[in-house]
Order: sequence, then structure tokens, then C-alpha cells
Amino acid sequence: MRYLPHTDEDIAAMLNVVGLKDLNDLFAVVPGDCRFGGALQLPKAMSEWSLEEHVGRLAGRMAVSPEYSLFLGAGSYDHYIPATVSSLLGRSEFVTSYTPYQPEMLQGTLQGIYEYQTLAARLLGMEVATASHYDGATALAEALLMAVRITGRKKVALSRAIHPHYRQVVRTYFAPTGYELREIPYLETGLTDLARLEEIRDLAAVALQSPNFFGCIENLQAAAERAHSGGALLVSGFTEALAFGLLKSPGNQGADIVAGEGQSLGIPRSFGGPALGMLASRKRYMRSLPGRLVGQTKDRDGKRGFVLTLATREQHIRRENATSNICSNNSLCALAAAMYMASLGGTGIRELASLNHDKAEYLKNALRDAGCPIRFSSPTFNEFVVGLPGGFDARYRRLLDRKIVAGLPLGAYYPELADHGLLCVTETFSKEEMDRLIKEVSA
Amino acid sequence: MKRIEEIELPGELRYSPDHEWVRQEDGLARVGLTDYAQDQLGDIVYVELPAVGIHIAQGVVFATVESVKSVSECFMPLAGEIAAVNGPLADNPVLLNQSPYGDGWMVLVKPDDPAAVSQLLTAEAYLTRLKGGV
Repeated sequence: MRYLPHTDEDIAAMLNVVGLKDLNDLFAVVPGDCRFGGALQLPKAMSEWSLEEHVGRLAGRMAVSPEYSLFLGAGSYDHYIPATVSSLLGRSEFVTSYTPYQPEMLQGTLQGIYEYQTLAARLLGMEVATASHYDGATALAEALLMAVRITGRKKVALSRAIHPHYRQVVRTYFAPTGYELREIPYLETGLTDLARLEEIRDLAAVALQSPNFFGCIENLQAAAERAHSGGALLVSGFTEALAFGLLKSPGNQGADIVAGEGQSLGIPRSFGGPALGMLASRKRYMRSLPGRLVGQTKDRDGKRGFVLTLATREQHIRRENATSNICSNNSLCALAAAMYMASLGGTGIRELASLNHDKAEYLKNALRDAGCPIRFSSPTFNEFVVGLPGGFDARYRRLLDRKIVAGLPLGAYYPELADHGLLCVTETFSKEEMDRLIKEVSA
Repeated sequence: MKRIEEIELPGELRYSPDHEWVRQEDGLARVGLTDYAQDQLGDIVYVELPAVGIHIAQGVVFATVESVKSVSECFMPLAGEIAAVNGPLADNPVLLNQSPYGDGWMVLVKPDDPAAVSQLLTAEAYLTRLKGGV
């Protein structure tokens, strides 16, 4: 994106138009004690040459592929992005228009978002998908608040096998509401202990993630039955959207609301963001959805057109009673996901998901044969929890010296899983890379 | 929009300052939106009604009415239990515009205190308020 700063002449001309002398006069309405008086503590400006060197040094401290083999997923996944996506997404019509404030003028953007919603709904097995949210964690928090609105109940249950960062974001969202959060432990199999739901009455929602944080594939069907028998909704989360190319969609297993992260669908990892919050539900809950929805309609000549629809849920009309006053939308990432899904097609997504699964199974089995304990017995998608001979953490550091990042050490998030790590394999890993890890581990 | 003189206000009904009407029916109270309210809102596209069986206090939101450009909450004119809701409004919300005192009714309430109805405004008193009086 182009960045065009104002010159001193531009600024002087604009000040002249509004009849002010100095730029600071513009801020005179802001109370003095709310303004920062001193000089900003910033380093001196660098020449272009030294700036490049400086940034190069910073970048050199990171472990990046292809120099390193990164068996790291845990919510952010390395997938190949076809050139069609980068090429289309770079068009200025998409890149420079942030949000459709005058929607009818932006038919192309609206059509793109509408197509994203359609593809997202199909992938997740749902009837309605929103125009996108900030990221998977906030989408999950919004889904839970939505369940509270729909059921009129004030308590939700979250599986401990949901991504720890997502649970943290949900806690942040719930802190000022007074709604109760209960965590459900996981079993030795790596799956959520659904029997524990028996003990909790009057739940608005039961939230699971599948594949869960450990890569294990949850039994959503059983979870839906448990949730529904107690009058609760099943909120199904995910961090790896590609899994639904292979697995039964959450909608087909009885989920009422599906929320998660779409980064896998054509969005680079970029050091953690930007991301794509995907949120979808059954049609009957459509009016409780937060955020934007694009709909298809006809103009007065009967031609197909696109509009922002059901806007009365939103804050510019409904003010404090809006379905959300904190949600944002990530149109550009949603468009990337639409382009990615359209580039691969249904068959492509299925084949790619199989490839991810098969490669991960290859590494999992080979590590098991090499004497590394696979922590959980349940089937997994492209991630799994493993121990390493001689202790995970010590071995992890040694592998790092060999330019292998052996996943995510889990002790910081799950004390009971200290000495274990979460390893991820996607289609971008070659057999040679995996064999090198196996060899180093066996050495 | 209608002029004040054109607003229909049946004399046998009681009214709340929040623009709901109430009709007494064999110990129950039928509640809807006044002709004035539906006219102000314009074409109604969606009505959200409460669950049957729940109790709602006076002055608390019992329904949400959405027109093309706005959303309005409807406040309970008297405390009681929701005995029935007007199901057809879900598929045909425009009944609220077409027949505010007939097919466009909203909820049937079993009032905590049947005498509470008589404390609401008469048609005359409601009309005075609409004209800007007290």
C-alpha cells in the first residue's frame, strides 16, 4: 500500500483554509492535561542504508524457513498460497478500500464479501456466515456472547482443550459482563470430558474446538447431543480451517454456532497477524449475529445487486443494544480466503487436507517408532502432542542448534504436559525435512 | 405520516405512555402497538416476541420491533405472565401496520393484578399526550 505523507506546504495550505496558524492549534479543544507535552522518546532518524542494516539484523535473529524447519502450528499454519491469491488481492480496488461505508458504491467489494460468506458457510456446514471478524479468538468470544443472548442464560462451559490464547480472550470479554465461565477438563485420550457437563445446569453454551489444541478430533456429534439435552447451544471453535476439507463439518455434526480462525485459507503468518475471524450460525440465530452481513438483492430494474443487510443489529443504528460494540471486520483477509477457496475448489481443499493429514501421520508414526511417546491416543489432524527422549525441553534446545524448531513446548500452557511439545506438519514439509527431524531425535 | 386527528384510538382500550394498547379479555390482557406507534415506525420488517410462560415486570422490554430504518423496544404496560404470543407476526410482521388493534396484536398477558389495567391511560388521556399535553 502506498503511504503518502503531507509536505510542510500541504499542511500550511490546509491550515490556511481552516484559518489556523499552527498544527497544534488543531488540538486546542483537547484539554491540556490530556495532551503529551514533552518530546517523544524516539531514536534519531536513520538513513535508508542504515535502516536496512538495522532491520536486517533484527530479522536475522528470527528462526525462519527455509533456513530452519519449523514444526510449529498451534493456531497459525504454514500453507502454500497460490499466486492467484496474491495477484488478485494486490489490486488497489481491494487493498485501499478499508470498509464499505457507502456500501452501494462498492458493489465489487460487497460481491467479494458475499462470495466469502457463501464459501465460509459451505465449508463450516452452516447457513449464515458474517463478513468476518478480527481473529479466531474474538470470533469465539462473540459466539459465546451470542449464545447468552439467544438462551437468556448466563453461564458457558469451555473445553480446556481450546487454544489457551482463545480462552484468555474469552475471559477478557466476559470479565465485565458478570457471566460465568466454566472449564471442562480433557481426558487421557486428548478429548474433552463431556461427562463433566452433567454436573453443570443452565448452560447457555458448550464450547469445544475441533481439531482441538492438541490436534485431536473431538466428537462434536456427542457434544451437540449433550449440549442440546440441557438446553444449551454447541459452539464449535477451530484454529485450522483446512481440516474441514477432510473432516465432517461442524454444522453436519449439530453445532449451532461455529467460530474460528481462517488464517490457513490464503493468509500468510506474518509474525502473528492480521488474521481472519470466521463466524457462522444457523439461520434462526441470524439476528443475534454480531458484525456485518452482506446480502444479495435486486435493484429497481431487477438486476442483481449487493447490500449490507440486517444492519439494525449494528451499533450505528442500535447503539448500546447492538449485538456487538467491539467487533471489527477484516474484509481484505476475508477476500483472501474467498480467493484461496475458489482457487483450490472443493476437490483441491479435500486433497490438500488429506495431504496435511497423511504427512503428519507419517511423522507421528515415525517418531513413535523412534521411541517418542505420542501423548494422546485419539486421531489427530495435522498436529499432535509428543514427548522426546531425554526430556522435551533439553532436546528442543539441541534441535534448535540444528536449525529445527520442534513445535511448541507445552509446559507454559499446561503444567501437566511439561516435557511435551505440540508438533505440526503441513503440506509445505518435505519428507527429507521430516526424516532429518527423526534422525536427529534418534541420534 | 398521519396527522394526529387521523390516528385511530378505540375508546374501549387502555394505553401506556410508551405507545402500547391493552384490551381486557376474561381476566387476560391483550397487548399491541398503537396506531400512532406503527405509523411513526413505518413498514415493520421483523418482530421479536417473548417466550410463552415467562414473567415480565411492568416497564421492562417484552418485544423488539424492527422497521426498515430503526429498531424499537416495546415496554410491558403491566406486569404479568406471557400466556400467548401472536405467532403469525413472525412471517407477516406487516400485520402490525395493517391491523394494529386486530390481527397485529402482540402478546396475551395474565396480569399479576387485573385491576392494573384501569390505571393505564384512557384513549382521551393518551390523545392529549400525543398532542403534547400532560
